[in-house]
Amino acid sequence: MSAVLAAAAAEVSTGEAIAFWVLGPVALAGALGMIFARNAVHSALWLVLTMLSLGVMYMVQQAPFLGFVQIIVYTGAVMMLFLFVLMLVGRDSSDSVVEVLRGQRLWATVLGIGIAGLIVGAVSRSLTDVPVENLQQQNAGGANVNNLGKSIFTEYLFPFELTSALLITAAMGAMVLGYLNRHEKGMKRTQKELVEARFRGEYERPSPLPGPGVFATANSVATPALLPDGSVAPESLSRLIDSTASETFSDEIKSVAGTEPGPDAHALTPSTKDTSTTDTKNTEDTEETR
Amino acid sequence: MTPTYYLLLSALLFSIGAVGVLVRRNAIVVFMCIELMLNAVNLTLVTFSRINGKLDGQVMAFFVMVVAAAEVVVGLAIIMSIFRTRRSASVDDSNLLKY
Repeated sequence: MSAVLAAAAAEVSTGEAIAFWVLGPVALAGALGMIFARNAVHSALWLVLTMLSLGVMYMVQQAPFLGFVQIIVYTGAVMMLFLFVLMLVGRDSSDSVVEVLRGQRLWATVLGIGIAGLIVGAVSRSLTDVPVENLQQQNAGGANVNNLGKSIFTEYLFPFELTSALLITAAMGAMVLGYLNRHEKGMKRTQKELVEARFRGEYERPSPLPGPGVFATANSVATPALLPDGSVAPESLSRLIDSTASETFSDEIKSVAGTEPGPDAHALTPSTKDTSTTDTKNTEDTEETR
Repeated sequence: MTPTYYLLLSALLFSIGAVGVLVRRNAIVVFMCIELMLNAVNLTLVTFSRINGKLDGQVMAFFVMVVAAAEVVVGLAIIMSIFRTRRSASVDDSNLLKY
């Protein structure tokens, strides 16, 4: 009689069963995808899938507060931190295929299957007829958070205070490990050391390179600086656009330097004859080429 | 179906995480596998809380989350500083602690 009652009490509603059979495979697929994905960013996204479905499972299992904390803290904060670090580590994020210990993957898989078999066997044998006392009383009227808070601040007050110490220690540890002192001796040269090194001849020239031209028509990097005699200062040309700049701007350089003859004084006087002849010449040329 | 199924699912997730820790070579992915194991334990705690009709399991899962967050912060900072000195995030490359 009691066994029948227990079995009846242990049954969950159909909706929850559907939720479980949808979310359980999704969570498992996410976990497997995380292991098998070569790219670490893909692993992180698979893990996000697992964590989201676990969060919904918490909500279904009468733990709404933990469900939301799972989604906000784990998927929202922790996994984003993982992604940030992955992006910082960058191209090294994909895994190496080389097996350092021979047969390690095989034995790890065997071990994992063994662990899974042991736990699943033990749980399924020992916990089949357990009567389930649901949390309806504790959660009545949305009191889940209230009761959790009461429990944390009375019964579990000391562990809660300990977590504050833990969090502060973690923050300090992250700052100490992540801090990089760029002004330490030997890390970066000060201005004085740099000047001395320049005049000692460790660099090609003691002064900085000349900037874009004083007489130039544009402040583009591609515009070369001009020397007093009008020639282009070769150091002012960027190494990247060195080959193109002098050719592209040769006309402008000439006009700025004054070596080119100025505009024709008779350019605006009406001399229609000349232009018409040149026009006909041009058309003839194009026709010939056709 | 009974709530025991949740325990079975969590056992499977835990073993997948354990295999991942053993198999993967990238330190960050190893960390993610540890997170998966912690999540599986959280699912167990929530299920036990429901089976027993008490909220203590949920409080414990909450503390597990706090510890996991602290662990992730410190662990990722360590991984970053190792990467800075060794230019690698592989667990095989870092066999000395300081240099």
